[in-house]
Amino acid sequence: MIISIASGKGGTGKTTVATSLASVNPGSVYLDCDVEEPNGHILLHPQFHVEVPTTKSLPEIDYSKCTYCGKCAQVCEFHALINLGSEIFLIEELCHGCGACEYLCPEKAITEKSKTIGIVREGFSVLNNIEFYDGVLNIGEASASPVIKDVKKKIQENKLNIIDSPPGTSCLMVEAVRDSDFCILVTESSPFGLHDLRLAIEVLQILKIPFGVVINKYEKLYTELENYLNEVKINVLMKIPFDKRIAEDYSNGKMPDVFLTVLNEEFKNIIKKIHALVAVDHINTTLH
Amino acid sequence: MSEIQNYSQVLVLSGKGGTGKTTFAASISKLTKNKIVIDCDVDAANLYLLLNPEIEAQQQFYGGKKAEIDSENCNECGFCEEICRFDAIHNFRVDVISCEGCGFCAKVCPEQAISFDFHKTGDFYSCVLEDESKFIYEKLIPGEGNSGKLVSEIKKAATDNISEVIEWIIIDGPPGIGCPVNASLSGTDFVVIVAEPTLSGLHDLTRLLELLKKMKYTHGIIINKFDLNLEVTEKINELAKMNNVDVLGYLPFHHDFVRSLQLGKTIVEFNLEIGKQIENIWLGITRHINNKKGFIK
Repeated sequence: MIISIASGKGGTGKTTVATSLASVNPGSVYLDCDVEEPNGHILLHPQFHVEVPTTKSLPEIDYSKCTYCGKCAQVCEFHALINLGSEIFLIEELCHGCGACEYLCPEKAITEKSKTIGIVREGFSVLNNIEFYDGVLNIGEASASPVIKDVKKKIQENKLNIIDSPPGTSCLMVEAVRDSDFCILVTESSPFGLHDLRLAIEVLQILKIPFGVVINKYEKLYTELENYLNEVKINVLMKIPFDKRIAEDYSNGKMPDVFLTVLNEEFKNIIKKIHALVAVDHINTTLH
Repeated sequence: MSEIQNYSQVLVLSGKGGTGKTTFAASISKLTKNKIVIDCDVDAANLYLLLNPEIEAQQQFYGGKKAEIDSENCNECGFCEEICRFDAIHNFRVDVISCEGCGFCAKVCPEQAISFDFHKTGDFYSCVLEDESKFIYEKLIPGEGNSGKLVSEIKKAATDNISEVIEWIIIDGPPGIGCPVNASLSGTDFVVIVAEPTLSGLHDLTRLLELLKKMKYTHGIIINKFDLNLEVTEKINELAKMNNVDVLGYLPFHHDFVRSLQLGKTIVEFNLEIGKQIENIWLGITRHINNKKGFIK
């Protein structure tokens, strides 16, 4: 099973929920796909044993064959190649590695070289008995998608896989959550939390991924969020109260004590709830 | 272009999400006159919730192209599926979400059965604030790419035909260190980093500082929720010193930050004491920028 944890808004507690969920499920696989700012390792303390680079393909011009016809620059939708007449200039950051220039060069003067844009780290968290993977995008690189794709290659079908998604609702979040069996959206009791949650829900509806919500920093006083969730009939999997001690533990890189004690059972139950919800969703989709 | 630029662009970034970027950006927006405010967190633009803008114009944004197979002309040879590196074509259909917009398939289809056209990726809104200032924000269609392009586009829209009286452009930036952040940075005079004293925050801050150093943008740090963890706050101070970056100020961990938000207010309107602290920090930043630019104010 693949469960992804996403949020829309940053800082709502995705990583805290994802790592806690992994730790109450020994034998699970945790995959940190927030590759611009991966933080799961801070809470799970894995020992890393392997690092594999993620690369992207870049065109390389063989000037003994190039006639400066400019076809390559013309076919590049990302304006990554510029024909200077005496040189074909490549802006590496703009290249998406689609391979069109190589294929369409009439002189067959383009080959490909690869460039490292990040790494995927493999490790093990002994304390929690969790297989750990994360992706780290090189600083200055614009495109994180290939790193996320490489992290997701570590998914193990017969195990519980927990994917920590990047914030937002754009292509990177989609890349992280797609093909999940279920997505947990972590929100918080504030207008920002509610606003960004609604955007994230739209994405999951487009992707047809069943989901439920965890309300973090929950405050009863702020009713708008729960009113909305009731109205659109979205399942609330858990409410985590606003508690400075949770923030303090997190600030020290510790799994919050409250999660491991008072809320421990609730965390364990989340997976059971999800199994039930996925089964219902499955029946609904087969009926329709 | 020979005109001297009268205004300064201040960008608020954080690396890690949820440290207080928007809260700070909204506060300084309230405290400043002669400004334009831009929300560049296009994935989740929520600054407008605090600024009560009146929308004046809405414009659609066509950020990139997508391929589409015309089934009538397709002879199902499968060549497109074979050459697509983004795994976006299955059973002679293009998956719009996976399509990277490279157009390779459309250019090589032997039957010319693939069209490749611009595709709407979002909307942007030109608004007026209560004090008559211009405010621009945007909404990316959920799940869309090209957010970097959208960021560049709205920044351009904000500074086109800019009035002479404008002194400040205040930009609420996106989280992370990737493509939308790079697009937000262009043309910026000063980057305010809102950091938080958590080990995750410290980790993300280190990566953001490295990016800003590499790209040579002037920046300073505000430590928000500084009293949540004094030990980590001290580590941020040390990190700043090591990188020769100023710590511009400290703000407390206080429930009023979320309370004001829940009431749709900025913290400067809600808690006068914290408001005063933010005002002082902002005054320091504006002085620093004006001195550096040789503006006499």
